[in-house]
Order: sequence, then structure tokens, then C-alpha cells
Amino acid sequence: MYTMSNKIKLFSLILIIIGAIGLVVSFINAPSSVEEVKEMLHAESASHGGESVAMVGDDHASEDAHADEHAEHVYHQLHNKPWAALYVPALFIFLISLGVFVFYALQNAAQAGWSPVLFRVMEGIASYLVPGGILVYLLLVLSSLHLNHLFVWMDPEVVAHDEIIQNKTAYLNTPFFLIRAAIYIIGWVLFSKLIIKNSRKMDEGFDLSLHKRNFKLSAGFLVFFIVTESMMSWDWIMSIDTHWFSTLFGWFVLASILVSAVTTIALVTIYLKGKGYLEYVNNSHIHDLAKFMMGFSIFWAYLWFSQFLLIWYSNIPEEVTYYAARLQDYPVLFFGTVILNWALPMLILINSDFKRINWIVVFAGIIILVGNYLNFFVMIMPGTVGESWSIGIPEISSILLISGIFIFTVFNALAKAPLTVKHSAFLEESKQYHY
Amino acid sequence: MASKVLHAIFTDDDILMQAVKALREKKHSIDEVFCPFPVHGLDKAMGLPHTRLAITSFLYGLVGLSVATWMMNFIMIEDWPQNIGGKPSFSYLENMPAFVPIMFEMTVFFAAHLMVITFYMRSKLWPFKEAENPDVRTTDDKFLMEISVNENNVQAIAEVLHENGASEIKLIDNK
Repeated sequence: MYTMSNKIKLFSLILIIIGAIGLVVSFINAPSSVEEVKEMLHAESASHGGESVAMVGDDHASEDAHADEHAEHVYHQLHNKPWAALYVPALFIFLISLGVFVFYALQNAAQAGWSPVLFRVMEGIASYLVPGGILVYLLLVLSSLHLNHLFVWMDPEVVAHDEIIQNKTAYLNTPFFLIRAAIYIIGWVLFSKLIIKNSRKMDEGFDLSLHKRNFKLSAGFLVFFIVTESMMSWDWIMSIDTHWFSTLFGWFVLASILVSAVTTIALVTIYLKGKGYLEYVNNSHIHDLAKFMMGFSIFWAYLWFSQFLLIWYSNIPEEVTYYAARLQDYPVLFFGTVILNWALPMLILINSDFKRINWIVVFAGIIILVGNYLNFFVMIMPGTVGESWSIGIPEISSILLISGIFIFTVFNALAKAPLTVKHSAFLEESKQYHY
Repeated sequence: MASKVLHAIFTDDDILMQAVKALREKKHSIDEVFCPFPVHGLDKAMGLPHTRLAITSFLYGLVGLSVATWMMNFIMIEDWPQNIGGKPSFSYLENMPAFVPIMFEMTVFFAAHLMVITFYMRSKLWPFKEAENPDVRTTDDKFLMEISVNENNVQAIAEVLHENGASEIKLIDNK
């Protein structure tokens, strides 16, 4: 039985407190009116010197109108900034726990023999589905109450002047959006509760009917998941850039979710193993997780490039704006994600022996997690804060806050059941697993 | 009887693995095992050194990547620049995304084919080569283990083989 150490309790609480303080500060610091932004921009251009002097032309009135428009634009971006900063890690880490549960369901549905000794780790991480789901849903509800402009199509004034969004309102309207979100989250949580409950019941003694029930539930969940995941990625991420769409977007998000999820399983497993738990986990299990990490990294790069190549080549204005915005305002992050999510993990993990060495797997894992956070950042930020992005107090404190909640929930859940399942159809094979 | 070998026939890969492990435990060395299909983990059980084929494959992949880069630069930029889809080919870097599929395919092509050729050369396989396996049944459903023996250990080895499920054991003069 694992007990949550005081150290990790304290660590997660510190993360939560620092994060919360930072986030409150950044909400207070966000400009509350257009006037404030105007002053700020004025001060900025003054400090830049002659720039504004050159702008003084003959047509003063239109110049002023333009400046006003720009100030309002920047105001909306800065107003969105702390919200978007919170939304990115809240969504990313929630989807990690979802991805872990998907991986767990895959093991059940595929009747995998290597993984049962890792089931409790996966169940523990999946426990974050409840708080994470509540948090994401709360953010979506607050967006729909117009506390921010993360989703531009929620603003009736914008829609009134936008024919493209008008054509999408049958699907993209606030009530239906919230109903869909509720269906996804409740569905995922229900499946996870049912399957994990059966797994805990199995600890009392092996029961073939429970095994079969979990097999069927997992297969059912995977079908439910692949449909809802695709729609979730349209709703929660793609609809931010409302005019734009990509038919492989769901896959692209799925790749990011899966690679981060497997990485999280590996990191938690290595941590627990380092503390002397999980006595049946050997380096062959780590090897398999690292193989999945490398494989899904390449899968991510494949989809990243597939999406990019077609849009880059056809160069159709309504599609290519999506990448134009990213290349213009996020060039380092945009190409940086390819290095962090594909090039480095592939080169580090390509050697078979390296996949068995804990610190190398941890090193590659941290790169993958940072890279995939940035992947979500580059997906969400351009449509919400545009060129006003930065990685400063709001972004970092949101990451701290959410990961603090995540760590606390996960390790709390891990302490609630024995760290190795007591009975599972393939448990013996998993314990003997050597490659 | 310095150059004599034992040929032991097995009918199942699990039994074969068990026999290999038993022999290795008693410090007898196995010359060769002939199988109708690859047996997972057999190389490790026999104590063979780890294959370096993967490293050659990686290097061949790099060669393929370089060849593709050079080739596309020559074809599309230097020799005969074409304007495709409104993208004039004046610089390799600007048109690079269009070449990525080719670079990928050439990497795979080189890695795969050269690795197979390396494998054939390393295993001394070429057209019209006479088969080395001493018993044709190993191309169907039997496994054959070859162990060189001398007067001192032939009895002990044969006993281990017998205990571990060999269906036939033959003593043969080495060629």
C-alpha cells in the first residue's frame, strides 16, 4: 500500500498556493478598460521614440480612429490573457488524465499481457478526470457568460456581422456547446468510475464475469471516446479560430494527448519505483512505455506535418491565415514544438538500450511534456491573445496551480488502493514480463 | 573424435528454448540452431552478441535522407526549376515542405533495402547458394540444434538434450 508522503503533499500545496497567488495577481493586473490600454500603448510608443512621429500624416481623424481600434483590439487580447493562460494547462492536464484512461482502456480491450502491473498507476492518474473536468467545464461556462472572449463566436455582436459564423450557428451556439461539453465530460467520468470500480472489486478475488464486463466497457468507452474526442477538439480548441477548420484536427489533438499521457504514466511509474514501490515493474515495462512515447511522438509529427503541408501547398487564403498568424507571431514556438515533440524525443529514444534507462526516459519525458504544453499553447493562444502573448506570470502560475492540483489528486488517489492489482487475467504474464 | 557434432531435433519452440537454457546453464556452448521461423528471445538465450543491424539501418537512413536532399535540390532547384502551384523553385529551404515526403520515403527506402542487403551479406546468403541447414525438416516444422562435442562431454550433453525433450539425437562427423 502506498501512502502519500508529506513531502509530496507539501510540494503540491506550495504549487497550488504560488500558482493561485500568481493567477490572482495577473487577473488584477489585466487592463480593465480600453483607456488603460491606450495609456499603456502611448507610454510604450513614447519609450520607442520616433516611431509615432513618422506616423503623423495628413489624415488625423482616420489615424485616431485606427489607434482607437488598435487599442480596443489589444485590450481584448490582454483581457483574455490570464483566462487563456489558465485555459491552456487546465485543458492540457485534464486531457492527459483522459489520455491515460484511454491507454488503460486500450490495455483492457486489447487484453494486453505486459501492462497489468501498471494498472493502478493509470487508475490513479485517471482520477484527475473529476476535478479536471469540473475545472474545464467551469472555464467554458465562464466564457459563455462573456467574462472573456476566448470563443469569439459566443459574442452575438461579432456573429451579427460575420456571415461565416452565421452559417455555423446551428452547431456553434452557446447552449448546445455547453450541453455537448457536459455529455463528453460526464460520459468520460462515468466510464472511468465504472471500469475502475470493477478493477477494485477484482482485488477481492478473480471473477471472470468482471473481467468480461471490463473488456466490454473498455471497448465501448473507446468508441465513445474517439467520437467525443474529435468533437471535443473542434469545440474546445478549433472553434477558437472560428473561420478555420481542419479535417484531421481531432487526430492531431489525439496524438498530443496520447504522447503526453504515456509520458505521464512513465514519469509516475519511475517516481514510484524510485521510492521502492511497484516491486514487479522492471525495465522491460519502462522500455515498452518509452517505445510508446517515441512512437506517438512520431505520430504527432506525422499529423503536424500532414496538416501543415496541405494548407501550405494549396495556399488558400481562408485556410492559410491559421498558419500565417502562427508563423508571424509565434515562429519560435511554432517550430520549437517540432523540435521538442519530435526531433529530440526521437533521437534520444531511438536507441533500444536508452529506453531502459530511467533518467533518459525522464529527460525525454520532460521534453515531451513541455513540447506538448507548447503545442496546446500554439493551438489556443493565437486566436485568443494574438500577438500580445508571452510566457510570464499568468502562464507559469497557471501551470503551477493546475499541476499542483493534478499531483495532489493523483497521489491521493494512488494511496487509496494497493499499487499492484491483486487479480487480473494477465497479471502473472505481466509480472514475468521480460524482453 | 575431435570434430564431431550432435544434431538434436526439437518439435516445439518452447521446448527448444528450455533446452537451450538448460545447456547454457551447464556451460555447454551451442554452435547453431536451425529454425523454420524466428524464435523470439532465442539469440539472448544462446548468448549471442546483440545485433548491430539496427545501427547500420540508422546510418543507411541518414544516407537516404542526404541523397533525397541532394536529389531534390538538383532536380527541382538547380537543373530544371518549375513553378508549381504558384511556388517558384528558387530556394531549397523555401520549398522544403514539398520535399519532406520524398525525403521521408528515401530514408525508409535506403534504410530498409540496404539493411536487408547487409543482412544477406552478413549471413552469407546469395543467389544459388547451397543451403547450410543439415536437415531439410528445419524448413518445415522441426528445430535442429548443432553442438560440437568431444569424448569427454558427449554423454553429458546428450543426456541434457534428452532430459529436455529432444525428439532425436544424432552423432555426426563434422565435414
